Amino acid sequence: MSGASSRERLRAGMRAGVPYAVAAGLVGVSFGVVAEPVMGPTAAIVFSAFVFAGAAQFASTAVLGAGGGALAAIIAGILLNLRYGPMGIALAPSVRGRAIRRAAIGQAMIDASWAMANRGGGRFDPAFMIGATLPSYPVWVIGTAVGALAGDVIGDPETFGLDALFPAFFLALLVEELKRPGAKGAAAIGAGIALVLTPFTPPGVPILAASLGALMGIWRPAADPVIPDAGAEPERSLIVDPAEREQRR
Amino acid sequence: MTGIDVWVTIGALTVTTALIRASGPVILGGRELPSRVMDVIALVAAALLAALVVVETFGGEDQTLEVDARFVGVVVAGIVLFFRGSMLWAVGAAAVTAALVRALLGG
Repeated sequence: MSGASSRERLRAGMRAGVPYAVAAGLVGVSFGVVAEPVMGPTAAIVFSAFVFAGAAQFASTAVLGAGGGALAAIIAGILLNLRYGPMGIALAPSVRGRAIRRAAIGQAMIDASWAMANRGGGRFDPAFMIGATLPSYPVWVIGTAVGALAGDVIGDPETFGLDALFPAFFLALLVEELKRPGAKGAAAIGAGIALVLTPFTPPGVPILAASLGALMGIWRPAADPVIPDAGAEPERSLIVDPAEREQRR
Repeated sequence: MTGIDVWVTIGALTVTTALIRASGPVILGGRELPSRVMDVIALVAAALLAALVVVETFGGEDQTLEVDARFVGVVVAGIVLFFRGSMLWAVGAAAVTAALVRALLGG
């Protein structure tokens, strides 16, 4: 990437990740509150510590809470995690080193960090992504513990509008993403696919299928002005320096 | 649903989540892909995030779509973001709005 060392990019990622960690903490609390009556506090905390994937955890907990068995709960969780497939393929060209190292870097993929590490032109910054995930992990687990142990005091998370937190969180990430060339078309198609498929497919499938909206990229070069000899990083102006990103906030 | 179901679910999702997260980087890692593929990759985030917004805003129980207090919260978050408010303000405004709508309409 740019001149900054991987240590600097990791630190920049950590700074950028802090606000998302705050939001993740609140979502973690609501997961703890929802999961505790279904599985007890210990299992809820272990779930967050080992799986660290909010949407999948909520989905499989909902299945168990409705009286479903392990198989149905596992399938629900896997379906919601399948989006990490295309996300990982997108990340792959930017991840170097031995297979075990690449596998480890993949574990740092959470929606917010992965989206913020997108540098355009198909490039990602793995060090930045790892940094951005680091603050969220402990907060996610601690949030779950707080929700699981203090659920009786907290009450129904929906009373506090905590379920409106997820879509708003993704909307904030999407707004940043829409600044890229071609992104509006891809987002519109992705949203359309999700909307149409939701009534007909199990949860998770609409989100996975929506990644097909990215195929808009095939037509992108025609829509974009091509600068000769700038092919290596055609979206230079869009590579936001994290420090600059923070100043704008 | 039994205690065994819970722990089997947690164990299986621990393994499968790690495998899915590892798959892309392990299978395709470090490889140069054709520029056309890179152009597609650049847009995966926009497509996925838009889908997540839709599903988390309108998704109801049993594969239904519903418009409820979440939607009002998300609209308010959108307004905050439009006026260049930070993510935390947007998220906070969404939660407070949804909570107020529920308190006023009782649902």
